[in-house]
Amino acid sequence: MREPELRTPMRRVRGLGAAHSGTQTFWRQRVTSVAGIPLTIALLIIVVALLGRSHAAVVQILGSPLVAIIMLLFIINMTYHMWIGMQEIIVDYVHEGKWKLLSLMANTFFVFAISLASVYAILKLSFGV
Amino acid sequence: MAELEAGTTIGAGRARPLSPHLQVYRLTLSFLMSGFHRVSGAALYFGMLLIAWWLVAAATGPNAYANFEWLIGSWIGQLVLLGYTWALLHHALGGVRHLIWDTIHGFEPAERELLALATIVGSVSLTLVLWVVGYLVMGGPR
Repeated sequence: MREPELRTPMRRVRGLGAAHSGTQTFWRQRVTSVAGIPLTIALLIIVVALLGRSHAAVVQILGSPLVAIIMLLFIINMTYHMWIGMQEIIVDYVHEGKWKLLSLMANTFFVFAISLASVYAILKLSFGV
Repeated sequence: MAELEAGTTIGAGRARPLSPHLQVYRLTLSFLMSGFHRVSGAALYFGMLLIAWWLVAAATGPNAYANFEWLIGSWIGQLVLLGYTWALLHHALGGVRHLIWDTIHGFEPAERELLALATIVGSVSLTLVLWVVGYLVMGGPR
């Protein structure tokens, strides 16, 4: 049974916008972009420090707690940021219902696959086996 | 899903008012940098494959890592990595520009163009600096 709706349609949609989630996505994109600045600088330092090193040295450095934690933060932060970003691009250009749905879904699949693979690799480098 | 369907069927067949699009505006540097921001963001989206591949290769073992090093060390790999570096730095600086705008600063015409100029000059110079440092660390090309 549906509860009687006392709020007017205007009250229900006001401030929520086309995505029905208000400014949540906008705000999260800002949070991840601010976090992304120090994390990107850290990534660049890590990558330059690892250039030309042997596999054993790379494994040791990437698996060390501080580097691994920074890499995990980078991956989680940036994959979430790019998930929102690609969603924004898709809704800007793909208007046909089926293709919009499929591309939004593909975006989610891609981001989950990339982030999970990266997180798994970092954890494996950290804990061995 | 229902919303998606509704959005495509309701109003179809009737011309809807359109907002002015790209070709209407005069090309300015800030306009160009706005486009660059989106394009570099999209490039970084797929560039994350490189990072994931790098990490998975390192976790897999010496052979997988050697394969990754070989490909990234080849001229095409270096070109992709150079592009990735530039896209990363450009998108980061473009993001800072957007964060400045979020504080309601930098909207005057001269400020906008200065910010746009700083974005492109900054990203290109930082990329060059980083690659010079990278090659010095490596002791030259492989």
